[in-house]
Amino acid sequence: MKAAPFEYSRAADIDEACAWLAADENARIIAGGQTLVPMMAMRLARPTRLVDINRIAGLSYIRADGDAIAIGATTRQCDLERDALVARDLPLMAKAIPWIGHAATRARGTIGGSLSNADPAAEQALMAVTLDAVLNYREAGKTAEIKARDFFIGPMVTALPAAACLTGVRYPVWRGKIGIGFHEVNARRSDFAFVSAAVQVELGADGMCKRIAIGVGAATDFPMRLDSAEAQLTGTMLDAAAVKDAVTQALADIEAMDDLHASAAYRKRVAVSLACRAVADARASALGEKIHAH
Amino acid sequence: MRIELDINGETRELEVEPRTTLLDCLRDQMQLTGAHAGCEHGVCGACTVLFDGVAVRACLIFAPQAQGSKITTIEGVTPGPGEMSVIQDAFCETHGMQCGYCTPAMVLVAHALLVDNPNPTREQIVDAISGNICRCTGYAQIIDAIALAAERLRGANRPVEQRV
Repeated sequence: MKAAPFEYSRAADIDEACAWLAADENARIIAGGQTLVPMMAMRLARPTRLVDINRIAGLSYIRADGDAIAIGATTRQCDLERDALVARDLPLMAKAIPWIGHAATRARGTIGGSLSNADPAAEQALMAVTLDAVLNYREAGKTAEIKARDFFIGPMVTALPAAACLTGVRYPVWRGKIGIGFHEVNARRSDFAFVSAAVQVELGADGMCKRIAIGVGAATDFPMRLDSAEAQLTGTMLDAAAVKDAVTQALADIEAMDDLHASAAYRKRVAVSLACRAVADARASALGEKIHAH
Repeated sequence: MRIELDINGETRELEVEPRTTLLDCLRDQMQLTGAHAGCEHGVCGACTVLFDGVAVRACLIFAPQAQGSKITTIEGVTPGPGEMSVIQDAFCETHGMQCGYCTPAMVLVAHALLVDNPNPTREQIVDAISGNICRCTGYAQIIDAIALAAERLRGANRPVEQRV
């Protein structure tokens, strides 16, 4: 369980980090390292150079930015977990964070690292897709952005160019009568999700659904949105039978992952249940009702 | 490459290969073998140390990444040679250990928890140790130990920040 030898560079700024990546196609960025280091220990990853971005000034922040919350790439999960702005404006993320690893891994793991790693079971990937986050990156001295829904393209694969470094993420803030729901099934709370579901709703004064985002993680190669269900449920009262119908239809044709821990059929069945529960929780929390534990 | 670490209050300069984990560096170069090597890929928690006061896995940090950081190992929590901290005493009294393999990490996690939260609920204690595997005790006595230590530290006649 020892990593293979590699060179180590501590980048002083983001362009230096990009230059190291451009110079060696087997160089990798290291931020928190909570996934990369074990992969290297097991020799599933053998980068020739690690480019450490932990000490780059100005990459760790959480701030309000217009109608969004902007989060720096090297912001640690534990900082998000304790942040008042996240708790107030990104309640869905606040709810999901305790499900990310353990306190000791959240103390090192970063949001940018989790997103770049693109594990299908990662809660942060599901948050980014569900909340329509926009990711910013830097490449060859230029800044660019990409929508979360275009960013994840396969298990542990993203659309980030090879010599680019993620710099930050912006999450649009929903205002009004907002409610959230998050559910996950796994072997232990800190373990990889078999299936997870995240929902955010905005209800009108009459309780009607004005806007809804339904995301499902860990079931497929990368987190997905249930677009058809969202369209079907917008403008309704989110009645349980209608929600179940819409969610079941939206998940009918997915190609669910299949492994030793959870079969494809199981994942599909659980995805429907969790998405329905998350919608029910989101509706109830928007209405100020108490949510019952499942 | 050369790195400088503050380990248990002492500044140490070391020559390391980049691939050396903080854990191997502590154990092999500093002889601080209280940080235990269990799974070496971040699952068991036996290698937990305090990194600038925060509990982290020493097997998931390469030594060069720790450059300039303040590291506390189990060897650094005792008030003096041959003495035990309040938390360590509480583990003895409640039989919060059997084989002792997970114990240094459990004590350090408890340390980080109680500095942050002097009055944790049972649920918060369970959550704090949830990343640390113990195959002997069934965890109940470990939880009791941390609750007992918390109670004693709350009663200590010292400012909060100096209690643990």
